[in-house]
Amino acid sequence: MSESDIGLWSVPLAMLGGAIRVSTPFIFVSLGECLTERSGRINLGLEGVLVFGAMAGYGVAYETGSAWIGVGAAAMAGGAFGALHGWLCSLPKVNDIAIGIALMLLGMGLAFFFGKPYIQPVAPDLPAISFGWWSDAPQVVAALKVNVLFLAGFALALAMAWMFRATRIGLAVRVVGDSDDAARALGLKVNQTRFAATVAGGALAGVGGAYLSLYYPGSWNEGISSGQGLMAVALVIFARWNPIACFWAALLFGGAGALGPALQSVGVTQGYYLFYAAPYVLTLGLLIATSSTTRQLTGAPGALSITR
Amino acid sequence: MTVRIPLHRRTFLKAAGASALGVAASALPFSAARASGLTVGFIYVGPKDDYGYNQAHAEGAAAVKAMSGVTVVEEENVPETVDVQKSMESMINFDGAALLFPTSFGYFDPHILAVAPKYKDVRFEHCGGLWSADKHPANTGSYFGYIGMGQYLNGIAAGHMTKSKKIGFVAAKPIPQVLLNINSFLLGARAVDPAITCRVIFTGEWSMAVKEAEATNALADQGVDVVTCHVDGPKVVMETAAGRGAYLCGYHANQAPLAPEKYLTGAEWNWAEVYTGMVKQALAGETIGNFVRGGLAEGFVKMSPLGPAMTDAARKQFAATHAEIMKGGFAVIKGPLKSNAGKVIATAGQSFQESDVALERMDYLVEGVLGATS
Repeated sequence: MSESDIGLWSVPLAMLGGAIRVSTPFIFVSLGECLTERSGRINLGLEGVLVFGAMAGYGVAYETGSAWIGVGAAAMAGGAFGALHGWLCSLPKVNDIAIGIALMLLGMGLAFFFGKPYIQPVAPDLPAISFGWWSDAPQVVAALKVNVLFLAGFALALAMAWMFRATRIGLAVRVVGDSDDAARALGLKVNQTRFAATVAGGALAGVGGAYLSLYYPGSWNEGISSGQGLMAVALVIFARWNPIACFWAALLFGGAGALGPALQSVGVTQGYYLFYAAPYVLTLGLLIATSSTTRQLTGAPGALSITR
Repeated sequence: MTVRIPLHRRTFLKAAGASALGVAASALPFSAARASGLTVGFIYVGPKDDYGYNQAHAEGAAAVKAMSGVTVVEEENVPETVDVQKSMESMINFDGAALLFPTSFGYFDPHILAVAPKYKDVRFEHCGGLWSADKHPANTGSYFGYIGMGQYLNGIAAGHMTKSKKIGFVAAKPIPQVLLNINSFLLGARAVDPAITCRVIFTGEWSMAVKEAEATNALADQGVDVVTCHVDGPKVVMETAAGRGAYLCGYHANQAPLAPEKYLTGAEWNWAEVYTGMVKQALAGETIGNFVRGGLAEGFVKMSPLGPAMTDAARKQFAATHAEIMKGGFAVIKGPLKSNAGKVIATAGQSFQESDVALERMDYLVEGVLGATS
């Protein structure tokens, strides 16, 4: 270990590291929600899906000894929750927001029930790639240990943006999300499209949960989520339904969340409760700054139940 | 095929009447159900297998369960809100519990204080609170262990094993018990080398996995190489710190299985001893003391077996100090001592015994701790 005292430099470094470590669940849940909302439905249940995915991923990884099988199981469990939401909402006169809240409570309840035996055991972790090999400082090495899922999330954001912009499937999702009537006139199947988008969105949220329990913080317990699933749903609105903006917003949240502990560690100790509120203050501030008095939410899909 | 439910109007009315009577009977102070044996209720703030605070209490409850003539009812994940009042009342009214152990710190004021006056024949034993005869009902009581001594011993282990002379503490909330643990950890390390400093990070919550992991990483970034904590479930802190190559001192329960090579020792609760003792008193019809305290010598607290990383010098000083504490009369907080804000805590020659109630009102961090209480 060479010079280990980097003083105040550790604050921006911790925020960078924190952004990379903490943001991945935000990325996956917000991308999943972005896809679902682009198709014209809101799935508020992703918090429950996240928690259930964390439990399922941890449990399966522990039983099989492979973290990747755990991730697959979490995605499948998330997809199943998405399917339930998609199917219920395709019934006539069903409110997607109410179903979402019910699903959130169901997912958490089931996760707590099935997760009991997995609180104590230690499951294998997901692998991380070290990008800090060029540095002697252990802090830099630690901050630049990037999990594979983070990179996958980045690639996914790019792919989803491209899909919405340039592919037939993306166009179909956007049309369905903007107007039922236009979609029907084009011969698109509205319910099936939304169902598929909700299933895919649920699966992504499940993967986000698996990251929580299998990498960071890397264990299953009932307080694992601390509301990431709900925050990610808000992030989508904040990111104006743009996948790449979702990615940056998730990074911003992760970094802001790391601010409190990092400041305390260098001796800025007054009012740490205030620093812990930083991500939320930031969101409010940015939402106010980017709001408009003349238009409704820019970029909002037209068929969404909150804009309709 | 149709399923016939064998429920006729009369049987239904009979059953309903009987259960209503049962409820009424168990709500009465001297019910028949209570005379036949003792029902003891345990309430936990988190899951009871969290490698930490709740697991330590649940292990104590398991020992009570093994006693004859005792029924144990338990409830987990009860928040420190009006929910715990409902849990207590339902244990009293429906399960006939006559002795309750609501184990989380925040249950006492205002929740136990609100429920206890309504049930004069039920005994409420609270972990950690400061009971005083002039302010609190006579059927409530508080018990706690002097686990600060355990953190002092942790500090001795940490003081020998740190290379950077920086040790770290991940803390939940700045309440007296937590502050005493932080101060004891540092003072233990300073008994080895007075140049050592301790960084503390408060997460603000008893259980908040992501923030605990971030706090541990922030400590490691500052060059901290021995970490301990006071949060409800130390699993995340221990695993994260071990991942960063730091040595670990445990808390609440034995966390050695999580990282056997890095685990030095740990301060553990031994609630089985305390709970079986209290239940024996209740069964014999004696009154449990309102203010029960004990430390290493009384068996309330124990240390984890020393890990393989400990050097011989560390083992020697650990054993010597442990023996001295067991003799009694050992004081961690003794003068001359200043707080990290410069206030005089103890003048030369002045010392606070572990049983001194002043320590349970601690609101300072001692010199050498980098951190603040608010």
